[in-house]
Amino acid sequence: MASAEEIARAADRKDIRDRWLLSAPALIIILVAATGPLLIVLVYSFLTSAAYGGVEWKFSPEAWVSVFLERDIFDDTLSLADANITIFWRSIKLALMTTVVTLALGFPTAYFMATRSEKTRDLWLFLITIPFWTNLLIRTFAVLQIIRNEGIINTLLMKAGIISAPIQILFTDTAILIGMAYVYLPLMVLPIYASMEKLDFRLVEAGYDLYASRWQVLRRIILPLVKPGVIAGSILVFIPAIGAYVTPSILGGGKNMMISNFIELQFGQAHNWPLGSALAITVMVIVMIALLVYVRNTGAASGERRG
Amino acid sequence: MAKPFSIRHQPGFTAIAALCFFALYLPILVLVVYAFNAASSTAEWGGLSLKWFQSAAQNTQVIDATVRSFQIAATAAVIATIAATMAALATTRTPPYPGLTFKYAAINQPLMVPEIVTAVALLIFFSRIKIFTGYSGLGYLIAAHTAFCIPFAYLPIRARLENMDLTLERAAADLYATPWRAFRRVTLPLLWPGILAGLMLAFVISLDDVVITEFVKSGGQDTLPTYMLGQIRRGITPEINAISTAFLLLSVAIVTLFFFVSRKRD
Repeated sequence: MASAEEIARAADRKDIRDRWLLSAPALIIILVAATGPLLIVLVYSFLTSAAYGGVEWKFSPEAWVSVFLERDIFDDTLSLADANITIFWRSIKLALMTTVVTLALGFPTAYFMATRSEKTRDLWLFLITIPFWTNLLIRTFAVLQIIRNEGIINTLLMKAGIISAPIQILFTDTAILIGMAYVYLPLMVLPIYASMEKLDFRLVEAGYDLYASRWQVLRRIILPLVKPGVIAGSILVFIPAIGAYVTPSILGGGKNMMISNFIELQFGQAHNWPLGSALAITVMVIVMIALLVYVRNTGAASGERRG
Repeated sequence: MAKPFSIRHQPGFTAIAALCFFALYLPILVLVVYAFNAASSTAEWGGLSLKWFQSAAQNTQVIDATVRSFQIAATAAVIATIAATMAALATTRTPPYPGLTFKYAAINQPLMVPEIVTAVALLIFFSRIKIFTGYSGLGYLIAAHTAFCIPFAYLPIRARLENMDLTLERAAADLYATPWRAFRRVTLPLLWPGILAGLMLAFVISLDDVVITEFVKSGGQDTLPTYMLGQIRRGITPEINAISTAFLLLSVAIVTLFFFVSRKRD
C-alpha cells in the first residue's frame, strides 16, 4: 500500500508535469521564433560569405577578424579597422551620453512627480506614460520636425535674429543624442519614480533636523535610497540605446551609423552576412555585460538592506 | 516674508521637471498641428485643412499597411496572451521546482536581447525556411511578433496572479468543484483584468514594432510603421503627419484604457 508520503510525492510529480505542459506553448514559440535563431547567428558568424548575400557552408574566422581588424587588399597585412571601431565607439559613446542626459533630466522629474499630492501624482504618471507608449518611430519623426533646418528651433532663432543661417543639427551625432534622449526619457523616469514614491520623507526631515544642507540631504539620504531605481533606469536606457536602429537611421542619416545600421548594411548592400552576424553577437555581448553589472549591483544593494 | 521651509523642495528640480514635460509634448504637438497643414510641404504653413487626412485615407498603400498591421497585432496578441496566461499559471503560486528558473529566463529572453539581434536572427532563420517550404505569407511576421509579445503579456498576468487570494479556489475545491470548473468560475474571473491588460500591452507592442518587422517582412508586406519609415527616409509630406496623428490617437486611447483596467481593484 502506498504511504501518504508516496502519494504526496506522486501528486507533486504530476503537478510539475502539468506545469511543464501548461508552459509548453509559450516556451516553444519563444524557442522557435526568438532564442533558437540566435544560435544560428552564432553559427553564421563562423561561415564564409557568399557573393550575393547568404553564406557558403565553409568554416572561416574571417568575419570575426574583420570586426576589429582590416585586411589590406594589396599585401594582406592586418591593421585596426578604423571604420568599424569608429561606429562601435560612436554607439557606446552615444548610448552612455543618452544615459547621462536622461538621468540628469529624469531624476529631478521623478522627484518632482513623487513629491506631488497623492491625487495629482497619477496625472503626472499618466503624462509620462503616454509618450512611453507612443510609437517610437512617430516620436523620432516628431523630433526630426523640430530640429531640421526648417524646424521650429531654427525658425525661432532666425526670427529672433540670433542666427542668420539655420544650424545644421539633423544628420549629426547631436541629432541622434537629442532623439535618443527624447525617446528614452520615460524609461529613465518611470523606475526612478517607482523607488522615489516609496521614499520615507521622515528620513529627509531627520536629515534637516541634524543641520544637513539641501545638497547633503540629496546626496546622503535621497540618492542612496533610490539607487535601485537609478540603476534600473540607467540600464533600461543604455540597453535600447546601444542597439538603437530607428532613431539613428532617421536622425543620423547615412553617414552617422550606429551598430544596428551597420549590421543592417551587412545584410543589405554589403552582402556580408557572416560579418553582420559577428557584429550582432558583439552587440549582444555588450548588452549581456550591462545586464550582469545590473544584476550584481541590485543583488548587492538588496544584500546591504538585509544585512 | 520668507517662504516656510519645505523639506520636499530641491532647488531647480521643479524647473527641470517643467522643462521635461514641455520638451516631451512640444514635438508631438507640432507634429499634430502640421497634420492639419494645407500646404504641400511641412516647411511652410498654409492654413488649416483636412486634406492630408483625406489623402492618407485614400492611399491604398496606407490602407493595406494598416489592415496588415491590425491583422498581425490582433493574431499575435491573442496567441501570445493565451500562451502567457498558461505560462503564468504554471510559474506562479508554487514552491520552486526544477526548471522554474529556466522558464523565467526563457520567457523573458526576448526582452534581454537587442531587437536588432533578434531581427537579424529571424531574417537568417526564416529566409532558410522560405527557401525550404516556399511559403512566404504573413505567418513569419505573426510568429515573430507572438514571440516578442509573450513577455509583455506575461508581466501583468503574473503580477495579478501573485496578488490573488488562494482561499477562494480552495473554497471552490472544498465545495466539490472540479479543477476545471474552479478555474472557469473562480480563477479566470479574478484573473481577467490581468489578462486584458496583457492583451492590450501585447497588441500595442506588436502594432509599434519597426525593427523586427523591417527585417522579417517579404516584399509587399509593409506594416504601417515600416511603410512610414520608408516614407520618412524618402522625404516627408504632411501625409505622414496625418497618419502619425491617427496612430497617436489610437495609442492614447489604448493607454487610457490600459490605465483604467490595471488600476481597477476587483
